[in-house]
Amino acid sequence: MPRNPQLNGNGELQHLLSIEGLPREILVKILDAAESFVGVTERDIKKVPLLRGKSVFNLFFEGSTRTRTTFEIAAKRLSADVINLNVAASSTAKGESLLDTVANLSAMQADIFVVRHGSSGAPFLVARHVKPHEHVINAGDGRHAHPTQGLLDLYTIRHYKKEFGGLVVAIVGDVLHSRVARSLIHGLTTLGVPEVRVIGPQTLIPAGASALGVRVFHSMREGLKDADVVVMLRLQNERMSGALLPSAQEFNKHYGLSLEKLALARPDAIVMHPGPMNRGVEIDSSVADGPHSVILPQVTFGISVRMAVMSMVAGGG
Amino acid sequence: MAALPDAEKLCAQLVRALQGVVGPSTAMVGIHTGGAWVAERLHAALALKFPLGLLDPAFYRDDYAKQGLAKDPKRSKIPFDVEGKDLLLVDDVLYTGRTVRAAMNELFDYGRPASIALVVLAERDGRQLPVCAQHAGARVEVPAGMRLRLRRDAEGRLSLELERAA
Amino acid sequence: MRLLIKGGRVVDPASGRDALGDVFVADGRIAQPVGTPDRTLDARGLVVAPGFIDLAARLREPGYEYKATLESEMEAAVAGGVTSLACPPDTDPPLDEPGLVDMLRRRAKALSRARVYPVGALTVKLAGKQLTEMAELTESGCVAFSQANVALADTQVLWRALQYAATFGFPVWLRAEDAWLARGGVAHDGEVATRLGLAGIPAFAETIALAQLLELVRATGARVHVCRISSAAGVAMLRRAKHDGLPLTCDVGIHHLHLSEMDLGYFDSHCRLEPPLRSRRDREALAAALADGTIDCAVSDHTPVDEDQKLLPFGEAEPGATGLELLLPLALKWGMEMKLTLAQTLARITSGPARILGVASGRIEPGAPGDLVLFDPDAAWRATSAALKSQGKNTPFLGMELAGRVRATVVDGHVVHEA
Repeated sequence: MPRNPQLNGNGELQHLLSIEGLPREILVKILDAAESFVGVTERDIKKVPLLRGKSVFNLFFEGSTRTRTTFEIAAKRLSADVINLNVAASSTAKGESLLDTVANLSAMQADIFVVRHGSSGAPFLVARHVKPHEHVINAGDGRHAHPTQGLLDLYTIRHYKKEFGGLVVAIVGDVLHSRVARSLIHGLTTLGVPEVRVIGPQTLIPAGASALGVRVFHSMREGLKDADVVVMLRLQNERMSGALLPSAQEFNKHYGLSLEKLALARPDAIVMHPGPMNRGVEIDSSVADGPHSVILPQVTFGISVRMAVMSMVAGGG
Repeated sequence: MAALPDAEKLCAQLVRALQGVVGPSTAMVGIHTGGAWVAERLHAALALKFPLGLLDPAFYRDDYAKQGLAKDPKRSKIPFDVEGKDLLLVDDVLYTGRTVRAAMNELFDYGRPASIALVVLAERDGRQLPVCAQHAGARVEVPAGMRLRLRRDAEGRLSLELERAA
Repeated sequence: MRLLIKGGRVVDPASGRDALGDVFVADGRIAQPVGTPDRTLDARGLVVAPGFIDLAARLREPGYEYKATLESEMEAAVAGGVTSLACPPDTDPPLDEPGLVDMLRRRAKALSRARVYPVGALTVKLAGKQLTEMAELTESGCVAFSQANVALADTQVLWRALQYAATFGFPVWLRAEDAWLARGGVAHDGEVATRLGLAGIPAFAETIALAQLLELVRATGARVHVCRISSAAGVAMLRRAKHDGLPLTCDVGIHHLHLSEMDLGYFDSHCRLEPPLRSRRDREALAAALADGTIDCAVSDHTPVDEDQKLLPFGEAEPGATGLELLLPLALKWGMEMKLTLAQTLARITSGPARILGVASGRIEPGAPGDLVLFDPDAAWRATSAALKSQGKNTPFLGMELAGRVRATVVDGHVVHEA
């Protein structure tokens, strides 16, 4: 196995491409830094001068206003200049390659590239070709990883549960196509969560799931039992009916999170969702808006986590 | 070389000096980590009306580009409205003045204080910015290549120490 | 033209001979020494073996000259000691018309490098609907018919194609991969694809297609050669089928003997191959099956890809690896791992494929074609872009040190490569 391309020669975070392969200490350091940034986001003036003069390029080859906005807010709160590029609509349509686009922007003096791409591994390719002072943050690549989402999920879990040891975390739904699930699973196992479960029909659980260190369940009744944390995954519209699933209704009946199913989890369980939610499909409104839901705090923590990641990569770990 | 002054005595000395300046709008902010220890002592002894504020100006430091993010940034917490207050900004050792500069920048992101006075347990040579302490417990000669540090033992006793600069 | 190759370690896999000696070539054929040679090659310290025969090497002509040209790839072939190669029909346009095949053969012949044996398209444009004029194509030089990497999804057409080929005794070379199960997949459906979030091609995409193919062979009696077997389960099925007496042969890509899904590392697009690199267990089964004869030969599956097409995210990168120049070192590495004799190892790239191709080369005996290779099995070299003659520098072994360097290649009694 080649050296982990995310770490520099001193073992510090050079890029954030995936949670997989990051040592526990780095994950903890990111979460700790995020905690101190939460203090900043609670002030009237929600801005610190840490990245003043640095340029952050939001390079979204796949549209996502929400994620792009959270990175933009995080960068601005660090006083960086943010340039948003909706590459999906511009250069690739003209046939420019991913690396050409990056080379062009690099010539405009970039410091951080926030990359979202539809193909798994694209940010690794970018990271291999940027200059030594440039940093790449993966904002979601294909089905592979969404490390800042994984980190904010970890932050949220730590915020509400304090410790990772002893937890039972259940991740429910379309694990096969979920980069969020992959990132979270690696984070949870690295931080010592003893039991990570994935729950879904066989069609939505990848072939090698157990090799990720999770227990696979096909029944909510069994999988949610005594769970401390329930993470619901988004089910994409185009996958709701076809060869993977017959219908959104049938999925909801078996795998949608209702109050009744949530009752199987521990009484103090928290419910998370990476958003945007399909109410009535993977999660019922009564749960999404109920007392167990920490879905909105997740969004708030997401800003601080992204501030922490940006300041760690740009500051050489 | 002269022995280092006793940190506990310096604290007591500062309390006496500050008793004369405390007014109804006086509030205190300690800088992590050593400054916060000193501020906790002073704050308790002076029985200030507003709760103690704590500041880690890690996100305001000018050496970020060289050093990266501080090892373990603490969360800043100012539990009162800074607007119009007479602030006592407390640190352990005044050296280059850069930490104080960063702390003042951060304070202004919380609001506009009426005044800021700097209180330090000890000051040494080596200022790189036009910063001076209004209240300093002692002035200490520090040999080249060494740095002055405040320590707190298990019982909470404070002491000054010299150690080799990194 | 008389050529004397003197003092080498002569290894003839067909007969098992492995001894120091001379080889004499006269008028393009191996012969008893007579008269004075026009040229003498000093083979002391080198192995003298039959030139290698590669059943799958893409020359990229016609249609993909930007990836590679006949000139560059024929140089690569002889630099790798390959004296005969079969090229799959996935050119642009595909080799589905006699005119195209004819032109390719003439162009290749004019270069006087390796012998080129075109494999014709089984269906027009490889589209899987209409049969090609196989008899015509055979007359213009096609040695077999294939779909290359394009699966023939319509089993009715597959059945008819095999019936038709069987009628005339034309060999059919097919990969076993179910088009639907492989659809969209870019990596073996296993642990690594799950971790990297890559769309998977399950091993049963191979076994299901293979089961279909075996039944059709039973029904039609067609001479089928199974290309690029990739899974342990597929190997087991072939072993049974051969035991049952089905007239089957089979090959494996040389990379699949050494690499597994684990080598994808952090999305190394050089490891994007067709079929995909599978699990370690699959790799071990392939290596063992080639040793025990279940798999008849190894092929380079040479696929030059231009750099731009590899500098893409894994799933978007073009599949394939350059292979002609790595065939020998990778075969030697496999032979060492399996603890085989040099003759046994070389059989998989000489006499083995010669039998499938139905040619007289691949052996050193009087009367056989004068196709020979002289190589130093221990000479180490680094597989760098500069070291590779092929225009395709795409190899998972790029920058690595390999043992086994070709020193001279002889085709038809002429020295066509020396290093």
